[in-house]
Amino acid sequence: MLKRFWPWFWFTVGAMYFLVPLYATFDFSLRARRGELSFAAYANVLNDIKFVESFWFSFQTALATIVISALVIVPTAYWVQLRLPRLRPVIEFFTLLPFVVPAVVLVFSLARTYSRTPLTDSREGLWVLLIGSYVILSFPYMYRAVDTGLRSINIHDLTEAAQSLGAGWFTILARVIFPNVYTALLSGAFITFAIVMGEFTIAALLAQPAFGPYMNRLASSRVYEPSALAIISFALTWAAIAAIQWIGQGAQARVAGPR
Amino acid sequence: MAPLTQTKTGRATVEPRAFSWTWLGVAPFFLFVAAFLIWPTLSIIAQSFLDQDRRLTLRNILELGRPFIVSSYVYSLQLSAVTAIGGGILGGLLAYAITIGGLPRPLRDAVLSFSGVASNFAGVPLAFAFIATLGQLGVVTQWLRSVGISLYPAFSLYSFWGLSIVYIYFQIPLMVLIMAPAFEGMRREWREAAESLGATSWHYWRYIGLPILLPSILGTMVLLFGNAFGAHATAFQLTGGGSQGNVVTILIGAQISSDALANPGLGNALALGMIIIMGVCIGLYTWLQRLSARWLRS
Repeated sequence: MLKRFWPWFWFTVGAMYFLVPLYATFDFSLRARRGELSFAAYANVLNDIKFVESFWFSFQTALATIVISALVIVPTAYWVQLRLPRLRPVIEFFTLLPFVVPAVVLVFSLARTYSRTPLTDSREGLWVLLIGSYVILSFPYMYRAVDTGLRSINIHDLTEAAQSLGAGWFTILARVIFPNVYTALLSGAFITFAIVMGEFTIAALLAQPAFGPYMNRLASSRVYEPSALAIISFALTWAAIAAIQWIGQGAQARVAGPR
Repeated sequence: MAPLTQTKTGRATVEPRAFSWTWLGVAPFFLFVAAFLIWPTLSIIAQSFLDQDRRLTLRNILELGRPFIVSSYVYSLQLSAVTAIGGGILGGLLAYAITIGGLPRPLRDAVLSFSGVASNFAGVPLAFAFIATLGQLGVVTQWLRSVGISLYPAFSLYSFWGLSIVYIYFQIPLMVLIMAPAFEGMRREWREAAESLGATSWHYWRYIGLPILLPSILGTMVLLFGNAFGAHATAFQLTGGGSQGNVVTILIGAQISSDALANPGLGNALALGMIIIMGVCIGLYTWLQRLSARWLRS
């Protein structure tokens, strides 16, 4: 036992660092009513129409991001493995660029470059920029997940078989490749979902009515509700990561999260 | 559709005359990346060397020398260094404990799962969590007060050290996620070989363990450094986004809504500075990873 003292010690320190803030936040979120513990703060948040609206907005944005990212990444990863394997490091390099260009620099560049165009002058245009940035942020996770998924199936034989039955490229992608990388795609999708739902920087700087900016604003007028939101947000992240681990495709989180 | 031919390996390939069509397959990806990442970033970089009349100038770059910009960069660099080292050491020791430290396997899995969540739990909600913990009314602050220790006013969550504590919360799990496989890549035989030659635990770590792990540890710390340097939301929520004495990312963000510096080119130069620092980080990280791959396959 004594031999294991230091491992246990460091484990305890780490666990405390992780869990004390979570416990404190939960405790704090229950104190909205003086003198008793209650879920009043949660009720206030969930009944707030702005919560529902911003949550729904971010939810839709996350879905759109996932669909577009999948539509770009799956054919690209498929094609690169099938016909252009030499291009793989290049694609990988581009998908990793969001680590070099932080979210705030990305949104700054987009806002500057497309200023005085319909992209920044209209609601729809800004939404396009928002989704475009999120798709870029999702690339590292999506590409890695799909690329690994494609390696575990024999795309050459599948392609050949489909072609011999008269399938065109669209049919091959839609009915052979997509169904086969479905689980890999899901793990990339869940991490993207977690990132988009909590993202603040890009949404706020593009003045979008998203969940992140809503949380930020709530803090200036409420005391206990923000901690309830933090717990809800943690639960949401946890659910997304649990889903990935349950699916069993280890698209582990790296760096491009909403810091 | 292009006709198929059989190659020696039995793979289906398109005949060479379809060459140009082959490249078309990756066009959507490159168009997307060009429109939403490459073109905007390159144009910002180019414009940091142009004045308002689009003539070549170094003024924007030179203006980075203004005291409040320098102090902002220094603040960001210090914050990133402190949290990379602090989070790196704590995360490294935790990764060691759950892998070769010999703790029960379920603890290892629990810590890794939790790290997956915690490394994504950042930004606004993380700031909320720490306000509820170590803010003026925070649970831990109150508890410490009840046993006679008052954190405030000596400490503030909104100060440099307060921010560091919050940042370390997302640094530790990232370190754990990357270092745990590295520790697991250490072969038992190395230790046995060393012990059979009479090495003590100290000898083993000093001459074998640490030298093998060092590139990995340093590389991951560099990654943590970049991770903190690019962070915006957490600091914004905690400091309120005022433009004085603050991290660089907030300074850049403030340039979008209002041109507070009265020189649009300076905003571009600020962004260029960040890209250079992040680029150096990723370059260094890649190089160190390559060094560590000689011994460790993770």
